[in-house]
Amino acid sequence: MDEKYLVGLDGSDCGRRAVAEAMRQARLSGGDVVLSYVIPWSPFSFSTAEENALRHKRREEELVCASEKILLPEQQRLRKEGIDCEIVARHGHPAKTLAHLAREHEVTVIVIGAIGDTPIKSRFLGGTASTLIQISPCPVLVVP
Amino acid sequence: MSRNLNALLVLPGLSALVPLPATAATLDERIEQWVAPLAGFVERLILFPLPIPGSEAHMPFVVLWLVIAAVFFTGYFRFINVRGLAHGFRLIRGDYNDPRAAGEVTHFQALATALSGTVGLGNIAGVAIAVSVGGPGAVVWMMLAGFLGMSSKFVECTLGVKYRSVNADGSISGGPMWYLSRGLADRGPALARLGKICAVVFALFCVGGSFGGANMFQSNQSFQQVLSVTGGADSWFAGRGWLFGLILAALVGLVIIGGIRSIARVTSKVVPIMGAIYILAGLVIIAVHIDQVPAAFALMFSSALGVSSVAGGALGVLAIGFQRAAFSSEAGIGSAAIAHSAVQTREPVSEGVVALYEPFVDTIIVCTITALVIIISGVYVDGGGMSGVELTSEAFGTVIGWFPYVLALAVILFAYSTMLAWSYYGLKCWTFLFGETSAAAYTYKILFLLFVVLGASMQLGAVIGFSDAMILAMAFPNLLGIYFLLPTVRRELDRYWAKVRGGTLPTWRENLARQRR
Repeated sequence: MDEKYLVGLDGSDCGRRAVAEAMRQARLSGGDVVLSYVIPWSPFSFSTAEENALRHKRREEELVCASEKILLPEQQRLRKEGIDCEIVARHGHPAKTLAHLAREHEVTVIVIGAIGDTPIKSRFLGGTASTLIQISPCPVLVVP
Repeated sequence: MSRNLNALLVLPGLSALVPLPATAATLDERIEQWVAPLAGFVERLILFPLPIPGSEAHMPFVVLWLVIAAVFFTGYFRFINVRGLAHGFRLIRGDYNDPRAAGEVTHFQALATALSGTVGLGNIAGVAIAVSVGGPGAVVWMMLAGFLGMSSKFVECTLGVKYRSVNADGSISGGPMWYLSRGLADRGPALARLGKICAVVFALFCVGGSFGGANMFQSNQSFQQVLSVTGGADSWFAGRGWLFGLILAALVGLVIIGGIRSIARVTSKVVPIMGAIYILAGLVIIAVHIDQVPAAFALMFSSALGVSSVAGGALGVLAIGFQRAAFSSEAGIGSAAIAHSAVQTREPVSEGVVALYEPFVDTIIVCTITALVIIISGVYVDGGGMSGVELTSEAFGTVIGWFPYVLALAVILFAYSTMLAWSYYGLKCWTFLFGETSAAAYTYKILFLLFVVLGASMQLGAVIGFSDAMILAMAFPNLLGIYFLLPTVRRELDRYWAKVRGGTLPTWRENLARQRR
């Protein structure tokens, strides 16, 4: 089976370095790449009635924004290099959603930036990368 | 206020609460003198008290209307308020969420939003009013009304989701205005006209309710709370309710006119925490006095049947309990359907089943805790003219000395979040009536702020009458229309329940597996 890399982007420099690493490996192995952006979201958060009424529309906007602003430019860069590349934007818990996406797309490696969250958040709640390492169905490559 | 209503509201002990000012009129008193007769008139017109034979007390017709509907719905849907609970819990927990819809409004979020609009003074002040006016027995009727009210909530919220509509700006609107007008239109041209009328009348009353119980009453009670923790009659704020009202109006205005969403967002996160603190404190007090709990329950049940009730006669106590419950849970009123309707689901009934938990938490759990604390502490007996939030605060203070300060903060936050929630309900009704223009919206918002100031400046008696009247009146058009829509809800329920029973309702795991394939 060919190698397939799932990259988790977050709009940070570290995420871009993860894409570069996935690109390098895909070029070597001739594998495919899935670029993903997870919008942090919890089904158990509290919101106002007004926010709820607009939620459906906001969700679509967030997905379009993630695809067009972050994922599409990277996809074009990879395609120029001749690498087959899919993009996917989702809402959810970042680490859990990446693990789901890994199963869904049957990837062989997840590539993710080490630092994405704010320093305080990652110190107290554990970063996305450290959670993902524990729950991932496949090897995780953490890029500094 | 009429003699009749004096009998209903100002029963022995409470009359001391509404003393007429002997000194020169302050600004507050002048506002009171001007508005109170008007409020009394509206109240008489809508509550329409029916005399209870053999008793001094009166049962407002609208309360009877609510109870009959709740009993009928409970029977018609074969105790959905009991058999739906387990499934409702699984829905709230997210067992049936669709992973493809991640990012949409979940059942949990819709319920939490609706609860933040209803949990509040109805549970804290309302119970105290019920106990001080109707005696401990009123609480039993309050709980029973909450239990029956779960069925009313189920029907409303199912319909709210079924007939919701998408606005031009992509936002979702639902609620009685829509299910009354669109739902009845589906059932033939004759009913279409009735639906239209019901929808308009509902919207009018809802706007009134958003000015009354959801606004004036809240602002009034939070002012009383500030007064009592800053020194009661000696407080610098005494007689300066209008000033407190202005400050509160400014804070509400920041969100609803200034569009400072961050305040609303913070409030929506802080309110559940305050709710948890309140419940915890109540449980601590009950635990400290655990030996008195059986006696407290015995007292509640014996006085519920009129053995030693204050109001004279079981029916009088029942009327008070049911009225406070209606005000606390808003079941049958129609307001919650507005908050529930934005949920993401293909099955309207699923949200109805989730909505069962609203009166359950709001009226059965929280009210029982409040009532136990008040009864155990005994403050209602020698409360000496205290009522509403003051009484609850005193009761908590007997065990946890500093709790009145926390409660003061909680009351203001609950009041604030209820105001924000209802300003939205009222606005939706206002724009339903006058069109989705920004001029219409601004007019409503400015009126809303005006009532915040009025509420803080008036005495409790006048405020409570007007508040009850406007909120309870929403039940007339709402329930009238719902009776015609019952067959639709029953069809939806039977179809949905067959799916749940047959296991063909896809769970979260099955949805995920299907997505992977």
